[in-house]
Amino acid sequence: MHSIIDVNINLSRYPTRRLPDDEPELLVRKLKSVGVSEAWAGSFDALLHRDIEGVNLRLKKDCERFGQRILIPFGTVNPALPDWKEDFHRCVEKHHFRGIRLFPAYHRYLLNDKRFVELLHLAEDAGAIVQVVMTVEDARTQHPLLSVSKIDSKPLIDIIPGVPNLKLMLLNAFRDTNMNTITKICENKNVSVDIAMLEGVQKIRILLEKVSVNQILFGSYFPFFYIESALLKMKESQLNSDDSKKIFYQNAKNLISE
Amino acid sequence: MKTDVERISGDAGSCCRRDFLATTLAGLTLASCNQLIGKEDVSPINYSAFPIWDSHCHLSSIFGNSPEEKMTHFLKIADVTGIEHVVIYMGWPFVLDPTPEILKKQNDQVLRAMKVNPDRISAYVYVNPNHVDASLNEMDRCFENKGMVGIKLWVASRCDETSLAPIIRKAEKQNAVIFQHTWIKTTGNLKGESTPMQLVELAKKFPEAKFICGHAGGVWELGIRAIRPYSNIFVETAGSSPTAGFVEMAVRELGAERVIFGSDAGGRSFASQISKVLGADISEQDKKMIFKDNYQKLLMMN
Ligand SMILES: [Zn+2]
Repeated sequence: MHSIIDVNINLSRYPTRRLPDDEPELLVRKLKSVGVSEAWAGSFDALLHRDIEGVNLRLKKDCERFGQRILIPFGTVNPALPDWKEDFHRCVEKHHFRGIRLFPAYHRYLLNDKRFVELLHLAEDAGAIVQVVMTVEDARTQHPLLSVSKIDSKPLIDIIPGVPNLKLMLLNAFRDTNMNTITKICENKNVSVDIAMLEGVQKIRILLEKVSVNQILFGSYFPFFYIESALLKMKESQLNSDDSKKIFYQNAKNLISE
Repeated sequence: MKTDVERISGDAGSCCRRDFLATTLAGLTLASCNQLIGKEDVSPINYSAFPIWDSHCHLSSIFGNSPEEKMTHFLKIADVTGIEHVVIYMGWPFVLDPTPEILKKQNDQVLRAMKVNPDRISAYVYVNPNHVDASLNEMDRCFENKGMVGIKLWVASRCDETSLAPIIRKAEKQNAVIFQHTWIKTTGNLKGESTPMQLVELAKKFPEAKFICGHAGGVWELGIRAIRPYSNIFVETAGSSPTAGFVEMAVRELGAERVIFGSDAGGRSFASQISKVLGADISEQDKKMIFKDNYQKLLMMN
């Protein structure tokens, strides 16, 4: 029996499109059918809603109601909102979320923003995982009214050494960040990346030449992407069984047990 | 529409192309393809149960220094992913507006690569409407090879420019497929980059020619709508994110018979592109048609 931890899925509705599996029952059925035992879920509502606590409460409720112990909620904090620290404290202390998910492009802050850096410190102290969604959609296909700027990931190179115990995860990182920058960022061993937007023939295999296998996670970006994409990438790269176990679940497990 | 006699009485090249495709179909079975799939099954799902014809492949971004080396490596990975036949075009490095010399050089790279396994590889001639005479010469030269089944139009010049006419006429005469790269970029197209709407303008002028709308315009919700009324335009799935719902909409609006699979490997992974069809909520029969039958039929028809 396969035991996959998918660190990158979302509930609720994408702002500009209905997705074939965006009903929570269908989503969980699909996850189970392909062997996912745990899926770390954010909410698409977090992209545009200002009532972030409302978004996080619904996410928590939906994960409990439909999740069959598969869905693990990752609440969102938007450090550009007034009193954002209260949202963070609720995520950690009240909701007991394992981690938080950030959408800097939609929330319109840069990665050298003081509030963002402060949030990383808070998360480090609290032992919370931080997932930064580096790209929500290919800039070329975005709806013109939601044409958000690309996020420059370079500031992370200087920031991450200041939070050495933070569990930082970059989701959908490969669309807008080049391999050299990823490699530099990943010199910090507390950073991991998921494969959802990694493109190119046998690219996981090629990535392994640059980034330690211990820092690569299985993330599908389902249901925005067909989940088969990430699953087949694992196959296409012809990984040995140790490496594939690490990427499929062991690395994610280690992050929770640490 | 052409009569059967007209279709068959085309030039010798196109007749050979048909024979070649028929032989290929008989020679490669799904079983032989599956045998090639890696032994260590690390992923809980499998590639398509149907054999795949990949209508959109490139030699760039593939390991190797020569066309032969690159193609050999490419086919090894195609084996892993259940792809039995590939169509390649353009050499490397990518050049947006190639000179006649570069066109020739890149088509030569492709012709060399084809020799690695002529039964498994077809190709398109890379042409540039900014160099009409050179493009026509390249078509004459390359169509001598029976595995050359179409032409590739990229981003040197928009497809609604009048300069294209002689190229399209020759392609039509040669019974070649006309592949046009299309995008509708929210961030803005390149100067010579065509949209599906511009392809429609071209296709209206050549109702007997068969066009492929490459990338479905990227923003597929718009691309599919644009080509919907024109049955001589097929939509192709390659080279965009594996956004769920794409293939479902294409099948709903165009019918599965107008949807053709392509990957855009090596720039894309075979996996992400195959997932668009494999993961789509459509019938198994539709998947089979999109992965192979439609494209094969299109080439045979031509
Ligand atoms: Zn291409």
